Amino acid sequence: MPEPHPPRRPRRETVTYASAHGDPAHGVVPGPARRPLAHAPARSEIDEQTTLGHTYVRSLMRSQLRAALTALAALALLVGSLPLLLALPAPEALVWIALGAGVYPVVWAIAHWYVRRAERNERDFTGLVER
Amino acid sequence: MNQTYAVAAVTAVVLATVLIGALGLRISRTTSDFYVASRTVRPGLNAAAISGEYLSAASFLGIAGLVLVQGPAMLWYPVGYTAGYLVLLVLVAAPLRRSGAYTLSDFAEARLESRRARRLASLFVVGIGWLYLLPQLQGAGLTLEILTGAPDWVGGLLVALVVTGTVAAGGMRSITFVQAFQYWLKLTALLVPALFLLAAWYGDGAPRARFDAPAVLREHTVVRVADTVRIGLDAPLTVTVTGRVDAVPYEHRTVTLAPGTHHVLAGTELAFAPGSVLPERAASGTDPLGWSQPLAGGHDGHQLYATYGLILATFLGTMGLPHVAVRFYTSPHGRAARRTTLVVLGLVGAFYLLPPLYGALGRIYAPELALTGSADAAVLVLPERILGGLAGDVLGALLAGGAFAAFLSTASGLTMSVAGVLTQDVLPSRGVRHFRLATLLATAVPLGVGVVASKVPVADAVGLAFAVSASSFCPLLVLGIWWRRLTPPGAMAGLLLGGGSALAAVMATRAGLAPEGWAHTLMAWPAVWSVPLGFLTMVLVSLATPGRIPPGTPALLARLHLPEEFTGSVPSQEVRR
Repeated sequence: MPEPHPPRRPRRETVTYASAHGDPAHGVVPGPARRPLAHAPARSEIDEQTTLGHTYVRSLMRSQLRAALTALAALALLVGSLPLLLALPAPEALVWIALGAGVYPVVWAIAHWYVRRAERNERDFTGLVER
Repeated sequence: MNQTYAVAAVTAVVLATVLIGALGLRISRTTSDFYVASRTVRPGLNAAAISGEYLSAASFLGIAGLVLVQGPAMLWYPVGYTAGYLVLLVLVAAPLRRSGAYTLSDFAEARLESRRARRLASLFVVGIGWLYLLPQLQGAGLTLEILTGAPDWVGGLLVALVVTGTVAAGGMRSITFVQAFQYWLKLTALLVPALFLLAAWYGDGAPRARFDAPAVLREHTVVRVADTVRIGLDAPLTVTVTGRVDAVPYEHRTVTLAPGTHHVLAGTELAFAPGSVLPERAASGTDPLGWSQPLAGGHDGHQLYATYGLILATFLGTMGLPHVAVRFYTSPHGRAARRTTLVVLGLVGAFYLLPPLYGALGRIYAPELALTGSADAAVLVLPERILGGLAGDVLGALLAGGAFAAFLSTASGLTMSVAGVLTQDVLPSRGVRHFRLATLLATAVPLGVGVVASKVPVADAVGLAFAVSASSFCPLLVLGIWWRRLTPPGAMAGLLLGGGSALAAVMATRAGLAPEGWAHTLMAWPAVWSVPLGFLTMVLVSLATPGRIPPGTPALLARLHLPEEFTGSVPSQEVRR
């Protein structure tokens, strides 16, 4: 993987989780050699950016994008449609209840679903690659 | 209002901020600590810090003020501020964290491998940051003016000084502590008085707020009109006037104004008898009532369009706010970034249950604020108005402290990110000392502009920053993260056309250049057309320049989307725990 920031600008180099935890290789982006790839051929395909490796990455991106679009569709359907519904002659109390309180649990529930779904996608991907 | 309590509360908040900031100064030893809190901030603390930073003057004061003046249609503001985090979560949160970008400019450069794209992004970060800082400082000025009668620039100066000091001294680590503290302070400061106010309202026979008809004053009320207004009357109105109405001078004279439009000069005092119907402000070409006015105006196409304009701006604009993006850098990994955002949604949503209550109570007990043009002060004056006495003073002081926490936290987050970009891309050399210089610059500009610029309701002014962000950084982030064929020319054209046109449209509306009717509505609420314009420009120009796709794109996209255990940023046992 190419170093994303030129080394002459140490200020923006990638501070890794490992280095932030006092890893001796402070500030160095770990290269492929550091990874435990002995037993996982699919994993080395990804590391070495082969066509097969890109196919794996694309499949993960597709499943994550599907989860994101599902969440956005739910948001559009449940919240985005409210201006149209509330434009109909509705009692003012309904506007207060819907916008003042009702929307927040709905938004949180969509977010909760998405987080679980995205983490499951990542777990499935890990299982597929490391099998 | 009793000044002593309020001044004591504001002083306590300022001191606590400085003290916690000083604590951070002792902790942050390395450069990495200084900028990114070494990325060790846990989701709970980080989520409170993100929420504390996000809940600005617009949330603490502005929403209640808008609801008081224009009714429940204004509840779309807090809904949009919250739902923006959901959109951010599903499209951007984890990949943005995994990109390793500290600012949006870093993201632009890493993704597009282009220094020019980076500089353009920096321009937008600084611009949006200043647009957002301006109302924070003006809100602080208004608050201190209401509390102590100090000139309106004093509050802004105070906030600017404290923020510059804390940010320059402690960097990100101290801000994380300060802002987590300020979230809980803000929530308490709104929640406790709200309980007392609701109890008093219930004891008062639970009068209903009416938004479909002009408000009726419950008691003898004297209104001092701060800025010249035009009022519209449906029926004759008897008031006691000291000052000038329709260019006729009066000195404590009781007059009956005929139905129609009247011109009330700044500084005029109007005394209303109990039971009077409060006149409503009338808009004119040179005196627009504010950006959000069409939202509440009749049930026609304008209102629906304006509502969707607000929804698009806030839902899609949150991800591009400079102080929001920076915060994701402090999560240890992508999964933590997602979980943090989930906690943020809970914290922010809980907070937003409260401001509408103040708006509704304000409509009942202090409707005349709509006429004086200081509706943003509704939250601050309600305890004195409803409870009075010692309880009113103490709760009013608590609210004043909370309001200052709001100005300080949002302003420090914005200052931090604007200063970060100024240090990297504007000032000649890098390092912590230059960062401190940049901090000064980041607050001085909006402070200076705030003195000369005209006042607009804070929630409206913040909405402007959202619209520009939604039309510029939203397309850049979404296409940058999910689309392989994005090119530097495409991204730059989209930033310029989408963000630039949104900015130009709203600025022109503000300056009174927009013609009446649909043109005005379209320009005041640009997101409906400027967001698609930004996306379309990025896609079309990118497709037209296929040779310019950055060579590192596949590798970078893999890093954005793969769990850290594959890219080596995190020890794998951390992730699979």
